[in-house]
Amino acid sequence: MNSEMKGTSLPPAPATANVTQVVIACPECDLLQTEVVLAPYATARCSRCSAFLYRNVPHGLERALVCTITGCFCFFLANVFPLISLELQKTINATSLLGAIKFLFEQDLPAVAALVFVCLVLVPLVEMSALLYILLPLRFGRLAPGLPIVFRIVQWVRPWSMVEVFMLGVLVSAVRVSSFASVEAGVAVWSFAVLMLSIIASAWFFNERELWECVQAHAKKS
Amino acid sequence: MSYATAKNQGYIACPSCGLLCQHAALNEGATLLCPRCHATLHSRKPHSIGKTWAFLAAAALLYIPANVLPIMDARSLKEAQVDTIMSGIEYLWKTGSWGLAAIVFIASIVVPCFKLIALSLLNWSVQRKSARWPMLRIRLYRFVELIGRWSMLDIFVVALLVALVQLRMFAVVRAGPAAAAFGAVVVLTMLAAHSFEPRLIWDNVEDE
Repeated sequence: MNSEMKGTSLPPAPATANVTQVVIACPECDLLQTEVVLAPYATARCSRCSAFLYRNVPHGLERALVCTITGCFCFFLANVFPLISLELQKTINATSLLGAIKFLFEQDLPAVAALVFVCLVLVPLVEMSALLYILLPLRFGRLAPGLPIVFRIVQWVRPWSMVEVFMLGVLVSAVRVSSFASVEAGVAVWSFAVLMLSIIASAWFFNERELWECVQAHAKKS
Repeated sequence: MSYATAKNQGYIACPSCGLLCQHAALNEGATLLCPRCHATLHSRKPHSIGKTWAFLAAAALLYIPANVLPIMDARSLKEAQVDTIMSGIEYLWKTGSWGLAAIVFIASIVVPCFKLIALSLLNWSVQRKSARWPMLRIRLYRFVELIGRWSMLDIFVVALLVALVQLRMFAVVRAGPAAAAFGAVVVLTMLAAHSFEPRLIWDNVEDE
């Protein structure tokens, strides 16, 4: 935080002879290359290491917003309703994700409980709400205050969201207990599936270049 | 003749918004900020090789208790069964779920092992400034980043089983100490992959 205050802002690279051409560097191999105009849904890759550079998704930010709203809704359902219920000798035991985390915390290993909580509850929640905070005002032509910092938070937490791994985990544990009890999938399993899809889709649609163009356009206006 | 990279042409690309910024020599040593999003700029991630080694060493050390200690123990009136990661896989295999046994084996044995070896090789190659096979190495790095998170599978399975199988039934499942060690291994290898700087792979590659 402190260093950010004291730091010096560097000047942006000067535009080349052709003003419309923007020079960018590959994030994985640092090679300088000029941006090209892409057809819709086309992807630009680095000419040396073929790293993903950017993608042209028409109305990408709006679509990402739709997926984010869906995700928020599913996140709520996924955490409230039971995941799987197990029936054995007429006793039924159902657990929700938060219930499982609480159980783990009380009984065994708080570190593992914290890890599961961060990867499946905290990170998706932070990611979804941060995206909503950025995209919703933008839809109405406004910039959210502190947008760059919120965007960095999204980039920072994204690798730690593990909803898709959890889906496989639900399957594996259902199979393991199915040998001695009958297992039924709850509402939360389906909500988690849709949450997983909407997280993937919103990341796919999210057009970072469009976002920064909006930021620059607003900066020029003011 | 070498490739024109941001570094050797005096630019720094912003890690957050991608804006290419001019690196004035006079700013050497000062904290540099992106003019568009105010992220801190570094031409290369600072101390990436040392950090990656540290995370890898810690992960390798914890990999032993993660595999030796029990990850879960199931007690019923009749019998007590203590599972390590490997015996959990054996159980799945014996009960006929070969597909799932294979998936869990890959996620909790093959992937962490592969990550430790691959990242060590990558970090070593970067440390001795190798210029060989850059394309192979960057593909290996991308693959490691892609598969890393799937090792968390076993942790989630344990969490669910512990909550599902309780005293009210005839059995109790408890998480063992290996769960914490294994979780730490996954987190540490992910941090190691994150602190690795892929651009170092290309820094010594000359144009042909």
